[in-house]
Amino acid sequence: MSKRPAYYHFLGCIIPHRYPSIEKAAKLVFNDLGIDLLDMVGASCCPAPGVFGSFDRVMWATIAARNLTIAEQGGHPLTTGCNGCFASLWDANHELKEDEELRAAVNRNLAEIGREFKGTTEVTHYIDVLYGVAGMQKLKEHVTHPFTGVRMALHPGCHWMRPALVKKKDNSERPHIFREICEATGAKYVHYKDELMCCGAGGAVRTADVKIALEFTKQKFDSILAAGGADVIVTPCPFCLLQLDMGQVEIQKIFGVEYKFDVMHVAELLALAFGHQPEEFGLASHLQYAQRKTEPNWQRLKLRAKATA
Amino acid sequence: MTVAEEKPPVDVDTVDLDFIQMIKKTGGPNIQSCYQCGTCSGSCPAGARTNYLVRGIIRKALLGLKKEVISAPELWYCTTCYMCTDRCPQDVKPTDVIKAIRNVAVEEGYMLKPHQDVAKKVLEAGHAVPLDKDTWSALRQKSGLEPLPPNGSSNPKVAEEIRKMAKKSGFDKLIGYSDTPPPAEKKEK
Ligand code: SF4
Ligand code: SF4
Repeated sequence: MSKRPAYYHFLGCIIPHRYPSIEKAAKLVFNDLGIDLLDMVGASCCPAPGVFGSFDRVMWATIAARNLTIAEQGGHPLTTGCNGCFASLWDANHELKEDEELRAAVNRNLAEIGREFKGTTEVTHYIDVLYGVAGMQKLKEHVTHPFTGVRMALHPGCHWMRPALVKKKDNSERPHIFREICEATGAKYVHYKDELMCCGAGGAVRTADVKIALEFTKQKFDSILAAGGADVIVTPCPFCLLQLDMGQVEIQKIFGVEYKFDVMHVAELLALAFGHQPEEFGLASHLQYAQRKTEPNWQRLKLRAKATA
Repeated sequence: MTVAEEKPPVDVDTVDLDFIQMIKKTGGPNIQSCYQCGTCSGSCPAGARTNYLVRGIIRKALLGLKKEVISAPELWYCTTCYMCTDRCPQDVKPTDVIKAIRNVAVEEGYMLKPHQDVAKKVLEAGHAVPLDKDTWSALRQKSGLEPLPPNGSSNPKVAEEIRKMAKKSGFDKLIGYSDTPPPAEKKEK
C-alpha cells in the first residue's frame, strides 16, 4: 500500500538535449506526487519514429526493443514525456508481442549484443501515470498556485492517443484526459478549431521540408488567434513543443509573421501549479527565448517571478 | 496538372502483385481493403497544403505502379498523424501503408539525405538529436540537472551496441554509414 510506484524515466533526445527544463519539471512533479522516476542507464534514442519507422521497420523495432530490454531487466515499467518516444516504444512493444516474425528478426539482431526481447514490460506516457496512477484528485490537491484567469490552448499531439483502436487511450475525436489534467491547474481551457491537428513536425516531415512542417504550425496559431488567443499553449510532447516554440522564430524568418505564444510542456505547467518557481527548472531556457533574447511573459502567465535569465 | 492522355492505360491483368505483397509484409496488411472512399485524404492535414494524396497513393500501389509510387517526393509529406487511420471505414490503416511504402522506397534507394543523416547520427551517438555542443550541457545545468544525462550521451557503449546491430542487419549499408568517421563526414561537406 505504502510502496511508492516506480518507473524508468525514458528521456529520449529532445527533452534531455534541447528542453531539459521538461526533464527537471517532471522530476519535481513526480516527486511531489510520491512516484519514483528511476534513471534508465544505457537508454538510447527511442529511435525517432518518423525516420526509422519509414526507413526500416525491423531496425526501428530493434533499437526500440534494446531500450525495452533495459526496463525488462530492471523489472519496472517505463514512462516518457514524449509522444514520439511513446510512439516508438509503445508501438514496438505492442507489435513485438503480436508479430512473431518481427520478434524473431529483432531478437536475431539483439542476440548480437547479448540481449533478448521478452515482452515483460509496460510502456507509459506521463499522461497515463498522472491520470491513472496519481489520479485527478491528487493532482488537484497539489495545486498551490492556480492559474486562475490564464487562457490556455492545448496541443495534445497525435501519438499518445492515435491510432485510437490500437492505443485504447482516449476518444481521439473528442479527447478529455489531457484536457482534464491541464484544467486541474485552474487555467481556462480555450477551444480552437485545429486543436487536434498535428503540429507538422512528425513523420520525418520537419527534417524533409521545414517550411511545409511550419505551415501546419502556422495554421494552428491562426486558429488559436481566431478563438480569441491564448496566454499559453500546453502540450505533452517535446517535439511538438520544439515545433511550436522554436517554430515561432522560424515562421518569422520564413513567412515574416510574428507570433508571441509562451509554450509549456504539461510537466512544466504542473510544476508551476504545484508551487515551484520557474527558476527551479529553467522555464526561461526554452529555445524561443534564447533565440529572440526574450523571456516568458511573466505577467500574462500570472507568475510574477523575478525576471532572471 | 498531368493530362490524362499523356499516360498509357494501366493493364489490371499485369499488376505488380509483388509490390502489394511487399507492402503487406512491411506493415500495411490491409491495403487491399481500400474501396477509395477518400475519407483519408479528406482528413489529411498534409494533403490540405501539398500535392500529397494518400488515397491516390494507395490506388496507384494497388494498380502496381511501384516506380511511380516509391519515387514520388510527396511520399515524404505524411506526418504520421494517424487521423486517416482513425477514420478509415475499411481499417486500411493508411498511415501504416504509407510507412510500409516508404520502407520499400528506401530499400530501392529512394531516401532523402537529411533523413539519412538523422539515421547516421543514431549510429554515431546513440541519439538522433545528440548532445553535441557545450551549450546544450549548459542548458541542462541552468535547469538544475547534471551536465550529461544518463543515456547514450554519457555512455559510448550505447552507440556501440546500436552499430553492432546495424551491421548485423545490414542497416548500416542501407543508409550508407561507415565506421570510419572521415568518409561519412566528407560526403556532407
Ligand atoms: S479512407 Fe480507407 S477505404 Fe477510404 S480511400 Fe482511404 S484508405 Fe481507402
Ligand atoms: S497520417 Fe499521413 S496520410 Fe494520414 S492523415 Fe496524417 S498526414 Fe495524412
